[in-house]
Amino acid sequence: MPLSKNDLDAILLTLELASLTTVLLLIIGTPIALWLARTESWLKRPVGAVVALPLVLPPTVIGFYLLVSMGPNGFFGQLTQSLGLGTFTFTFTGLVIGSIFYSLPFVVQPLQNAFEAIGRGPLEAAATLRANPWDAFFSVVLPLARPGFVTAAILAFAHTIGEFGVVLMIGGNIPGKTQVVSVQIYNHVEAMEYAQAHWLAGGMVAFAFLVLLALYSGRSGKVRAW
Amino acid sequence: MFGFGKPSVPAVVDDGRIRARFLVQHPGFRLDVDLDLPGRGVSALFGHSGSGKTSCLRCFAGLDRPQQGYLQIAGELWQDSARGFFLPAHQRAIGYVFQDANLFPHLSVRGNLQYGQRRIPTAQRKVALDQALELLGIGHLLERMPSALSGGERQRVGIARALVTSPRLLLMDEPLASLDLKRKQEVLPYLQRLHEELDVPVLYVSHAPDEVARLADHLVLLDEGQVRASGPLKELLLRADLPFASEDDAEAVIDGQVCGHDAAYGLLELQLPGSDARLRLPHTAVADGQAVRVKIKARDVSLGLNRAEGSSLLNLLPARVESWQVLDAQVLLTLCIGDQRLLARVTRYSFDQLGIHAGQAIWAQIKSVSLLTP
Amino acid sequence: MLKPLKHSLFALGLIFASGAIADEVKVAVAANFTAPIQALAPDFEKATGHKLVASFGATGQFYAQIKNGAPFDVFLSADDTTPAKLESEGDIVPGSRFTYAIGSLVLWSADAAYLDGTDAALKAGQFKHLSIANPKAAPYGLAATQVLEKLGLSEAVKGKLVEGQNITQAHQFVSTGNAELGFVALSQVYKDGQVTSGSAWIVPDALYDPIKQDAVILKQGASNPAATALVEYLKGPEAAKVIESFGYKL
Repeated sequence: MPLSKNDLDAILLTLELASLTTVLLLIIGTPIALWLARTESWLKRPVGAVVALPLVLPPTVIGFYLLVSMGPNGFFGQLTQSLGLGTFTFTFTGLVIGSIFYSLPFVVQPLQNAFEAIGRGPLEAAATLRANPWDAFFSVVLPLARPGFVTAAILAFAHTIGEFGVVLMIGGNIPGKTQVVSVQIYNHVEAMEYAQAHWLAGGMVAFAFLVLLALYSGRSGKVRAW
Repeated sequence: MFGFGKPSVPAVVDDGRIRARFLVQHPGFRLDVDLDLPGRGVSALFGHSGSGKTSCLRCFAGLDRPQQGYLQIAGELWQDSARGFFLPAHQRAIGYVFQDANLFPHLSVRGNLQYGQRRIPTAQRKVALDQALELLGIGHLLERMPSALSGGERQRVGIARALVTSPRLLLMDEPLASLDLKRKQEVLPYLQRLHEELDVPVLYVSHAPDEVARLADHLVLLDEGQVRASGPLKELLLRADLPFASEDDAEAVIDGQVCGHDAAYGLLELQLPGSDARLRLPHTAVADGQAVRVKIKARDVSLGLNRAEGSSLLNLLPARVESWQVLDAQVLLTLCIGDQRLLARVTRYSFDQLGIHAGQAIWAQIKSVSLLTP
Repeated sequence: MLKPLKHSLFALGLIFASGAIADEVKVAVAANFTAPIQALAPDFEKATGHKLVASFGATGQFYAQIKNGAPFDVFLSADDTTPAKLESEGDIVPGSRFTYAIGSLVLWSADAAYLDGTDAALKAGQFKHLSIANPKAAPYGLAATQVLEKLGLSEAVKGKLVEGQNITQAHQFVSTGNAELGFVALSQVYKDGQVTSGSAWIVPDALYDPIKQDAVILKQGASNPAATALVEYLKGPEAAKVIESFGYKL
């Protein structure tokens, strides 16, 4: 298998990025989805629209604005610099931040749907049975929303693996730090190294397929009863 | 918002009663009630749909927060908007039975039952799981999932689940409404047993007069978000100013005690407290001494100045005329037998003919008696 | 019923024959030549009546697309090896290859005070990020690595190199300030004899192999009069003036 060290690093890096992004998104996305599902405030629609933006915006647009705002002249870049953290362009951290924006709706929307589907009933029952809101969330909402969580995790993971436009804009193609598989395949094609491009691309397709297959098989066996 | 820890509760006078005042204002709906209910037995919230019964119940539970509210349960203050005090639902010692059971779909029956029980300190667990299982007859369903239960079974589990939290107040929102006739009849006896065997006060929302007649001790009549009447059930049924009495099938509810059974003729004999009068009705045997409740429709009671001879009527009881109300061509009378009251309906013609006056001793001729409980 | 149809066909035929309908030439343009071609297009269209439709990108990317049937008529490459490859593979109109510009490399910073016209700041190494184009895909990137090699700085800048996918992106990293400085094409920051913004060090020719940029008419454009017209125009004096004003040599 003619995969160079850069290729293998790229694969590892991509898996790291996808896993970390998925975990962070589940943590960040859950309260957002909960709020969107329960609130009756007028803010619900605008916030929902902002969350959905990455669905319609080309990734290069997201990437471009990240490039500008994370840079030393941008709002975010100046903030990080004042905290002594430097700028996040060309760093793995920057990619994680970019991926979080990029895949946000893929996590928030399935979760929001799952929470809405639960409805008020089970929560009211829990309250009458002495469960405070935190308790009710962990003992009733989470178990009932589990399929939504699985969907959100699968989507976030797969979407981040396929991320290209954002990484292209802010990555800088640094091996081991920001050179993810999608960019590396692009590199091989540009350098006319087609054999390597095929190996890398084909390998990722096979891997992604197997992961999705495993995750989907795992889903159907759960939470059948009412 | 998260409700950690109990806020300090202001002290109130404890006379064992339930006092509540709720004001709820929404576009198109208004609830304005002031209630003083006994701290024991079943109080029914009765009225048409849209009268505010469920809204009222949810205020008791703390599931909805009224614009203004006051709630005191036997000396414990649960809510006082004037002082900015509100105990959220999960901090109120209530049991709530929803109209559609509302069981947790991801937990088995056992899981559902234990959910509430686990969340009260052991010291406060007065109703044992076994007791609730026995009371509702669901012991054999413990390992089933809610989706595998019938409507009646689900409702019984819902009731048991609410009981097992040893609540100070049991709230029931039309628990039989979503059941068909057969299931209703299946669950009703369990509710009656609850009534007899537990010491927990119950607030029972219903629009079905039958259920109310069978279960309630105290009745609150709600109409368009307001209380039209509140008092002991039996009294309210007799009141001429309330819809019950003026309806065609106006009836009185009488409590008695079983004192015998005639096996040959299949007749049950009841003794009425405060008098020697006996009521007899065709019925299967019931244990002697068992407390029973019967209803007698006003149109099934006629009057006689003398004890009728040679009549097919089974029940001829000496009574006293207490009051009456003229309704067009008819007159509705309230009679006393011992300390129980009875309704009778006669034509105005007959009334004048008999020359009825207050306090008059008269014979009540009762054509039909129905046993409500057990 | 056929008569009006015959009339229309006849009329159309006349129009075609007279060549009064302008043709369109689709050009694949190397990213570094973006500004010059945009400056040349209106003149070309006025002079010849043909329309110019340009796509910008990396040379390697264009090669792959052309090999897979992308509908370009003319290809302005950033190097000479790719057009040579296409020629040897028989994908061009024979004899149409020529050098349309010779590129110049410049070290540039968006900060007007950062560079002083020499390589002092580069040697001092006080920067966090140095931007270049991907050397495997862009000749300007390759030239940048040659310069670093010749100056003996390859090791020193190893952890600070960031690569743009093409020369445009390399420029973008510097212009947004994310990289303090970078190697870009002179044409991107130069006009009419001076650097238009920021500060620069024009890299001496001796430090890198000349960046000969060749153009070819692709097989697809063989019968397109607009394609031939464009090539002729690019070889002409008006074009030469414009191209040189952007810092290219000819």
